Amino acid sequence: MKRLVIALIFFGALIVLWDLAVRSGRWSVVLLPSPISVADYIWTALLDGTLLDAAWVTLKRLFVGYIAGVIIGLPLGLLTSTSQVLEDTIGALALGLQTLPSVCWVPLALIWFGQTEGAMLFVVIMGTVWSVIIATDNGARNIPPIYARAARTMGSEGFHKWTRVILPASLPFLVSGMKQGWAFAWRSLMAAEIYVTILTGFGLGHLLHYGRELNAMDQVIGIMIVIVLIGWLADRCLFSPWERFLHRRWGTNVKAS
Amino acid sequence: MEPLRTSSDNRPAKLIIEEVSKSFVASRAVVHALDNISLTVPEGEFLCLIGPSGCGKSTLLDIIAGLTKPDAGRVLADGKVVRGPGQQRLVMFQESALFPWLDAFGNVMFGLKLRPDLTNHERRKIADYYLELVGLEKFKHAHVHELSGGMKQRVALARALAPDPQVLLMDEPFAALDALTRDQLYSDIQRIWMESRKTIVFVTHNVREAVCLGDRVILMSPSPGRIAQVFDIPLPRPRDINSPDLAGYAYEIAAALKGTLEGAAYE
Repeated sequence: MKRLVIALIFFGALIVLWDLAVRSGRWSVVLLPSPISVADYIWTALLDGTLLDAAWVTLKRLFVGYIAGVIIGLPLGLLTSTSQVLEDTIGALALGLQTLPSVCWVPLALIWFGQTEGAMLFVVIMGTVWSVIIATDNGARNIPPIYARAARTMGSEGFHKWTRVILPASLPFLVSGMKQGWAFAWRSLMAAEIYVTILTGFGLGHLLHYGRELNAMDQVIGIMIVIVLIGWLADRCLFSPWERFLHRRWGTNVKAS
Repeated sequence: MEPLRTSSDNRPAKLIIEEVSKSFVASRAVVHALDNISLTVPEGEFLCLIGPSGCGKSTLLDIIAGLTKPDAGRVLADGKVVRGPGQQRLVMFQESALFPWLDAFGNVMFGLKLRPDLTNHERRKIADYYLELVGLEKFKHAHVHELSGGMKQRVALARALAPDPQVLLMDEPFAALDALTRDQLYSDIQRIWMESRKTIVFVTHNVREAVCLGDRVILMSPSPGRIAQVFDIPLPRPRDINSPDLAGYAYEIAAALKGTLEGAAYE
């Protein structure tokens, strides 16, 4: 409760500072809209449905792309952890492509897929899959070998060993890898939406883009705040429960490490 | 394959180790971990393997477990050649190899769930029974990191006993524990062994521990790993690690152990 109060005071103070800066009159309201007008934009956009529609379009792309990325990346990561050859080939490829900023996939996606949903998904998947591969591979390699030995003596082999020992044992690494993959997916999708106008769906990135085109700073800042809130909520709802579970079971503070 | 019997008594042989050799390639040098080891363990024996580090005692345990393949020779368990790990010979490791994603009960259940011949109800009853046997029924749902070192090893013992293995292989299981906890576990493991009459092979580098627990103590010498000497310990049970009766045997074995080290140093 105390933490919540402190956080509320902090963000309240930020908004007050912002408002004071606007009221000082040093900057044009075209460049720096007041908090009230931004809140007003968000409220209107919520009421007329544009914001919810755009958020829905964006989140749908994000979830589909992210889940596809995890479904591809997880087994590949487990696979690369099992052999040196795969590590030196697929692992090296993943490491290289992971360093490529995912916005760099946008031109390629446009040429291959055109202005379609496919291009959007492709960019999100490319943003997700490499970091999931690397995190999974890293996790599976860092499992204490004694777990696998103990499991083998108890008769756990093959599929059972992978699903009941290797996978849960690498959970701390998996969760941080999934979280990283999520962050990359989110960033790459925003980049793609700002760059690419497609007719099949109008996402948050597009709203941001048209805010700029119309010189509507209240829209630009309002959408930015919504994007931050969605990212924050995703972290809280999707990953915090896992981190708390790990903390309870492993006794380590995953967040601090 | 007629009489699988040892010279010292007439119980049937549980484990026969026949001319087992194993070497490892370490950085640039080939290490002869085991050189032509032959050994017979009768059913129900508590056998202790002792020796300085590098004598191959843990390697020998791994080979008996089926986790490591010997370069030459073979291991027979109940007259059958060991080709891989199996629930007939369960291992308890030095560090707790408990799975942190499961609670104490889940860890004990792990091996039981790999027994298709049991119903879930039976598995739960067995797991409860062994947790009670090691005195941890109140910690059934404790997470691994909440248990003390001694409690972790008790759970590990329950987990190894629960699938009812014929042979229990213990690799310095108490080495990382404090003295008081160890003393308690010595009496527990003796009580459990006397009740269950399992065959136990126990690796240690602690002479008193070996004398306290073993029917026989096998002293191994390092580089290459060989059996140096065999000691029978005919003391009554349960034995107290601090009893003066143990001291004579311990003294004798400690002297022989020192001899293997000096011998190795001049080799």
